Amino acid sequence: MKRKTARSIIRTAMTFAVPLSVPALSLAFSAQVQAQTTAEKIARGKYIVSTSGCHDCHTPWKMGPNGPAPDMTRTLSGHPQDFKVPPPPKPEGPWIAAFAATNTAWAGPWGVSFTANLTPDPETGLGKWTQRNFIETIRTGRHMGRGREVLPPMPIMVYNHFTDADLESIFSYLQSIPAIRNRVPEPLPPGDAVAQGK
Amino acid sequence: MTARVAIIAAALVAAIGAAPAVVGAPAAAGAPELPHRLSDTGLFMPGTTTVRAGHIAFSPQYPLWSDGTGKRRWIALPPGTSIDAARPDAWEFPVGTRLWKEFSYGRAVETRYIERLADGSWRFATYVWNAQGTDAELAPPRGTVLAVAAAPGGRYAIPAQFDCLACHDGGATPVLGFSALQLSPDRDPLAPHADTKAPQFADLRSLAERGVIRNLPQRLLDSPPRVAAKSPTARAALGYLHGNCGHCHNDVGALASIDLALLQHAAAPGESAERTMKSLLGHSSRFRPHDAAASKRLVAGSDEDSVLAVRMKTANPMARMPPLGVKVADSEAIALIERWIKTDLPTTEEKRP
Repeated sequence: MKRKTARSIIRTAMTFAVPLSVPALSLAFSAQVQAQTTAEKIARGKYIVSTSGCHDCHTPWKMGPNGPAPDMTRTLSGHPQDFKVPPPPKPEGPWIAAFAATNTAWAGPWGVSFTANLTPDPETGLGKWTQRNFIETIRTGRHMGRGREVLPPMPIMVYNHFTDADLESIFSYLQSIPAIRNRVPEPLPPGDAVAQGK
Repeated sequence: MTARVAIIAAALVAAIGAAPAVVGAPAAAGAPELPHRLSDTGLFMPGTTTVRAGHIAFSPQYPLWSDGTGKRRWIALPPGTSIDAARPDAWEFPVGTRLWKEFSYGRAVETRYIERLADGSWRFATYVWNAQGTDAELAPPRGTVLAVAAAPGGRYAIPAQFDCLACHDGGATPVLGFSALQLSPDRDPLAPHADTKAPQFADLRSLAERGVIRNLPQRLLDSPPRVAAKSPTARAALGYLHGNCGHCHNDVGALASIDLALLQHAAAPGESAERTMKSLLGHSSRFRPHDAAASKRLVAGSDEDSVLAVRMKTANPMARMPPLGVKVADSEAIALIERWIKTDLPTTEEKRP
């Protein structure tokens, strides 16, 4: 696919090579490649995000006529800030985890985690993150590569096998979607009896 | 669906206690293999645990809090080389520079090691001491947890290589405690946990006299660096934040976009202190605690409304700062920061919106 695109670009460039000066041709060619590359990265990122379960937890679910489904008006905006959850049920027997109906709040041995806002909102999402911050988060399992640990059910141990190119594509796509202002609550530690919002 | 269940199951296993899935920092191409024993890094006299006489012991005036561990530090340069100190806040270390930092709880537990390689890159490793105290072995790249009775909870975490980079790859230079400000002979008497000035510890003047550093601006020898502050308490508070937080929270590293600048500069102390206060005082905090109303990084007069103090004090490991290397809050530093916020700032700083 990439080879075909590159050949197409070269053919296009050659078609217009005669009337254009060398520097102008070079600039036009470079800009076209750059634009294509960015578009391709975003498309690749969208494909990965859509097929790797990102919406399962980062897009809140709501009940519809056919049962629960992701609420795409809140695409990838994480746990809704206005949805206050009570303390989770006590784990009994083999049941060690629970999750809220939105699929955005999870309780287990790690405490209670709330899925992050992945949209490019600068104050509540990834708007101020750099590509390096994103890649280091996935590589290390720590926020921005340096902060607290990313909590379950985020499958860091699976996603850190993505190539850098794929992580760059995912980040490019996430930066391209509409920003949604939604301040996700911080996680609660294990055994903390304090309910969110109390 | 099956894949999703597997992913969640794996996540649960990780949460309960499996080793974190981190990847070690790649070694530079062509670099020799790391020594498997600390004794082979050149720290000791052969066949002993006596540090070589030529190695330089030092003690930063604003040391990093590490749950109360005892620490010793040394640096060694290749013969005939020196550190270029022309840029006072980003010293250039020669190829072959080696640094060691020993952590102890009554006995040595761990010694961390940094080395500058021939291609100019740095590598990081740590060594775990044996129970007999005769030598230490290279720790696994993913780190490990040791049973150490004197450590908090009886457990001592050896960092992964990525953990090393979290702090040492976050600023202008990967060497953190060996700098113009940290080695100033004008030591801060209120700095928490600092060693007292002693002849065995190198400082700027002794380093310049011995030719270990060169090109340091003469003005920094005539008038040694100190944190620019409006009071002794403010000086110690800003110094503590410099030594414990500034390696991540600064204007040049990976977290620059957070706009939190806690590094102080020997070359321009007034400007860096002003920059720090601008990034703190009245600045909105992205982090909002569950059990407190704090929404600003720093509020003059109120430690409860200052996220800076809230995150230093909290027992919640998911909210505590710093997030690495600390299980026990630093009570001496918290007292200093509270004093700074409650009694010092209201009289010295203009309240910012």
